[in-house]
Amino acid sequence: MAVAQERARGPAALQRRGRFRPGDAVLYVVTCAAALTGVVLLALITREVFVEAWPAMQKFGLHFLTTQAWGDNNKTLFGAKSFIFGTVVTSLGALLIATPVSLAIALFLTELAPRWIRHVVAPLIELLAAIPSVVLGLWGILVLGPFITGTLGPALHGTFGWLPIFASKPTVGSNMFAAILILTIMIIPIVSSICRELFVGVPSELKDGALALGATRWEVVRGVIFPYARAGIAAALILGLGRALGEAIAVTQVIGNNVAIHADLFKPGDTLASRIAGQYQGADTALQVASLVYLAVILLVFSLIANLAAQLIVRRVAGRHQIR
Amino acid sequence: MSAQAPTSDLFRSERMRRRRIVNWIVEGAATLAALLAVAVLVIVVGSVVSRGWHAINLDFFTKSQALYSGFGPRPASGIENAIIGTLIIIGIALLMALPVAILTAIYLNELAPRKLASVLTLAFDVLNGIPAIVLGIFVFIFVVVGHGQAAWKASFALAILMVPMIARSTQEVLALVPISMREASLALGAAKWRTTLSVVLPQAVGGIVTGATLATARAAGETAPLLFTTALYDNSVHTDPRQPLASIPMFIFTSAEQADPVLHEQAWGAAAVLIGIILIASLIARWFADKSVRRLKGER
Repeated sequence: MAVAQERARGPAALQRRGRFRPGDAVLYVVTCAAALTGVVLLALITREVFVEAWPAMQKFGLHFLTTQAWGDNNKTLFGAKSFIFGTVVTSLGALLIATPVSLAIALFLTELAPRWIRHVVAPLIELLAAIPSVVLGLWGILVLGPFITGTLGPALHGTFGWLPIFASKPTVGSNMFAAILILTIMIIPIVSSICRELFVGVPSELKDGALALGATRWEVVRGVIFPYARAGIAAALILGLGRALGEAIAVTQVIGNNVAIHADLFKPGDTLASRIAGQYQGADTALQVASLVYLAVILLVFSLIANLAAQLIVRRVAGRHQIR
Repeated sequence: MSAQAPTSDLFRSERMRRRRIVNWIVEGAATLAALLAVAVLVIVVGSVVSRGWHAINLDFFTKSQALYSGFGPRPASGIENAIIGTLIIIGIALLMALPVAILTAIYLNELAPRKLASVLTLAFDVLNGIPAIVLGIFVFIFVVVGHGQAAWKASFALAILMVPMIARSTQEVLALVPISMREASLALGAAKWRTTLSVVLPQAVGGIVTGATLATARAAGETAPLLFTTALYDNSVHTDPRQPLASIPMFIFTSAEQADPVLHEQAWGAAAVLIGIILIASLIARWFADKSVRRLKGER
């Protein structure tokens, strides 16, 4: 009993009594310093970004968030409104498509697929996550874009043209819809692999019990698996959202980089991350640099909130499982 | 079904039929979703390979980007400078990230009080979620403004990205090392540092290699941290990390924006090379992960 308790406290609890060992102190200090880099970098990144954005924050204040402009009035007026709009629309749009697909993939892999298919398909879907965003962006410009203008766009416009989001026929391949599709492809592997782990963790007694009561597989999923994994699914979706918010390269390649707010998804737009990436060849004035970093501040705040929320949910769920 | 099959009212009822149809539709949809994801992978990789194939020849690997004025025969052009640049940038990033990540994992798993360890792990998890473009902007502000671009500065940005990944996978394997091994070593009189470094850590080599390989594969394809740190390169082979170096992702990014179809073809070729490197790295990582976890769990 005492040994079990001792072991439950982990390797850190193993202590030798006896004389002081200088080597232990050195190891402790060196590794502790390394482990602090996470906190230090978080603080440093936040501080540097806020300091650099300060001139723009002073000049525009919170009006920056509600101003739709980039370099207007002879490069004196900057605002993030259209980029925030673009970020929200593209990442929520991607999440909207990716959520059912990811859940379905995770269910297929845990509940339906025979073992050998599982061992083939699961790594393939993880490989999808390994495709670099710049390659996905290249594919987006040269393959997906023409497909949207040529086939998919006219079809969607023809069928759902009464919806404001498909109000026009796409004239260029670079538009918000392309960005949504690319982001969807990027977050599906992330969300589905987390959900798969969650579903595997559902105790089989619960599933077997429901099956024994005569529930169909779908009823088991809806009545047992989803409620059991609810918090974890929420965390997975927030992590996916965080990824979609922050993706710069693939989005800047396909979204058309336009300072505009349209309900119509077939029009070009821009996101926070994409606007930053698009300005890499140099900003002309100090104010423009500060405004660019102001965009990074907004993005940083968004992603810090999203990730912190997701991680706290994950920890709560993991804690609950440990107790059982 | 034969005629003697039990046909109670329960099975024939309209309600049961509806439940079965709903179930059947959902199962079909789930299968379709998995097929769709695999199809997207096949389409993307397929178009990269089929379009990049023509660009890949010996010149592609042994020549640097050649500028073409638009007149006369086109000079042979390749991505040698980008390949060498990427190798240097990633190599330095790995050198920066690896020691920090391993030491971090040792502290979090072997030495830290549990509460502190969970706070520090949270910090790394949150750091892992910061968009790459923000890391790029941070490094730009921190070391590029006023000093100019350099390849090692891109490595620094990529290292920030890699540390949480390597630390996490090292930590996971360290947690699998049986506590009895530590107890045995301590009981033989070895100091804690000696136990950690020469008994525990060697067991975790597989996890370290896996994490490092996966992190390298991911970092090799990242473009956002390079934009503000090593984008202003010229078209010849350089190896000095104190100046900006070309890289495969930047080559793809800039070529894709051009209207020149030959550059597009080269971008596809470069994308094929990049995906090839990443796939091979992922396979190696998977193999190492399987091997080391199996060994630690005692099922050879």
